[in-house]
Amino acid sequence: MDLLYKIFIDPFVQMGGAPDLLIQTLWEGLVSGVLYALIALGFVLIFKASGVFNFAQGIMVVFAALTLVGLHSKGVPAFLALALTIGVMLVLAFGVERLMLRPLVNQPDIILFMATFGLTYFLIGLGEIIFGGEPKVMITSELYLPKGALEWKVFGGFVSFQKIDIAAAIIASLMVATLAVFFQKTRIGRALRAVADSHKAALSVGISLEQIWVIVWFAAGIVALATGIMWGARSDVSFALQILALKALPVLILGGFTSIPGAIVGGIIIGVGEKLGEFYWGPLLGSGIESWLAYMIALVFLLFRPQGLFGERIIERI
Amino acid sequence: MFYRETGQYKTDYAADMALFPIRQDRIGIALILIIAFVVIPLTMSSFTLSAVMIPVLIFSLAAIGLNLLTGYTGLISLGTAGFMGVGAYACYKFTTWFPGVNIIVLILASGFVAAAVGAVFGLPSLRIKGFYLTVATLAAQFFLSWCFVRLPWLVNYNISNAIEVPTRTILDIPVTGPNATPVTRYLVVLSIVVFMTWIASNLVRGRIGRSWMAVRDMDIAAELIGIRLYRTKLLAFAVSSYYCGVAGALMVFLWLGAAEADSFNINQSFIILFMVIIGGLGSLIGSFFGAIFIWGLPILLRSAPEFFGVSIAAATVEHIQYMVVGALIIFFLIVEPHGLARLWQIAKQKLRMWPFPY
Repeated sequence: MDLLYKIFIDPFVQMGGAPDLLIQTLWEGLVSGVLYALIALGFVLIFKASGVFNFAQGIMVVFAALTLVGLHSKGVPAFLALALTIGVMLVLAFGVERLMLRPLVNQPDIILFMATFGLTYFLIGLGEIIFGGEPKVMITSELYLPKGALEWKVFGGFVSFQKIDIAAAIIASLMVATLAVFFQKTRIGRALRAVADSHKAALSVGISLEQIWVIVWFAAGIVALATGIMWGARSDVSFALQILALKALPVLILGGFTSIPGAIVGGIIIGVGEKLGEFYWGPLLGSGIESWLAYMIALVFLLFRPQGLFGERIIERI
Repeated sequence: MFYRETGQYKTDYAADMALFPIRQDRIGIALILIIAFVVIPLTMSSFTLSAVMIPVLIFSLAAIGLNLLTGYTGLISLGTAGFMGVGAYACYKFTTWFPGVNIIVLILASGFVAAAVGAVFGLPSLRIKGFYLTVATLAAQFFLSWCFVRLPWLVNYNISNAIEVPTRTILDIPVTGPNATPVTRYLVVLSIVVFMTWIASNLVRGRIGRSWMAVRDMDIAAELIGIRLYRTKLLAFAVSSYYCGVAGALMVFLWLGAAEADSFNINQSFIILFMVIIGGLGSLIGSFFGAIFIWGLPILLRSAPEFFGVSIAAATVEHIQYMVVGALIIFFLIVEPHGLARLWQIAKQKLRMWPFPY
């Protein structure tokens, strides 16, 4: 009885008793959800446009952020460093296309997935050799990103919103809107969707696979850079971020692999669910449940809707 | 010429279905076993035995486990290390509960605990497939890692939060614990690995293995010819986890001697997956090749600069190692998606045809 009370009643009593804490927790969840969603967005972009499940998206985030900070610490002005980093991501996109994807055209999905594992390891090694493994501080003020916090008095308590988090949310929504328009309305967007459906069919109607792949990997690189800046501003830029990036995977299965809105909604559900779970139910289980709660939420969800929230239902005919 | 079955007649079904139908194969495998059981323990130093041979064998076993699931049944799993951990912790609990029972029995029994846990985490495979399932196996990895850290019961409330391997003997020879010599540990590990590889090779050649491969190649067609998909997939999860569990128990009890939760983290899962990919998906011998390759590569990379008289900082070597492993994975996938096992097959085919080119 006591346990049931602790599981089903007590957390809600706590929520009602301290609404300011609840709001703060919800906000924290929302922000981390947006950051998960940004990584998931990079995954979705590449999956949608080439059918490749890109495991390397997490390390691309780290790599982009490291490049930016590393260049700046070598004395390059902030905005020049930003431009150079974008250039590096373009080079990376070309390299991936030329050296990895082009020789693997028409291989089964699992082979392409494994290849992105190889890319992950390669980028970890490369990043550590060039920039060193120690954590670095993100150059927030040089990029004119807001600092500090807004405080809001509510229900007799304080709720504080970091300005950088608000900026992250705005940038994320702008990026999603742009990408949605890009995918739905432009010629290249249509070509991207065609490639996702079938490499062979797309080739046969004259779509250049090479060009499409460079474009999506470059777009994913830009998304990774934005994620890296935002994430780096909240904590340090280090290779530990890569493990956090694995959190984007439950977001993906929740939202569906091919859906941009799915990535956002999934991200927010996972982020909020995780923070609420950790804060109110975590102590019952000895805390630290954040490491797997997201996966469990996604798993339970999948039992009812295997294709995810917005995923395309796969109809199999014989 | 060197490797030809001409003149070797098979007069009954048993001979036709034999594990090694060609005489040269039988001689080869006998030679390998003699080298492994007699020559290596006699000639190699204790350091090589415990730092190279034992881990390679243990990782081979884990890779076989993952290969049964990924290579034969087509379900990618990223939770291998979690299941290895279950085997290790189960074995530790067994040694506390049944101190008198033979340690090998306990190690083999702990695999069943891992099998049960594996089957539970295989349940989502009933509803979801492909990459969705791959991500779902990460749930197993993270949940199990968390359990290893947060449940002190698993390590008998040790303050160090680590498994401390007790000394256990067979026929008054210490097999586990600090007093066990590398040679005994090597021989025990080798025997278990050889035995389990033999079981696995019979499993994949038989009805069960064929149904796994049918599910891998096309699940709908498999269902149509009367294979019960769910049962087959769950069995694959269970058997695969059994192998991983035994590998985990061996890893802690006969190699490391003590283990923390960190030994079973996600990187370990990735490394075993690499062994399977590089060795060859759907090939038992490939699992051995993959383990030798991935385990041997860092040793090679570390000693190569010294050999050429160049000194490189240890940290740099580690980074280069990451890059080389990553690049090699991509290289292998492009050049030979079937892995080292395929190269082995090609070599055998060439020997059979020699001196003709084809």
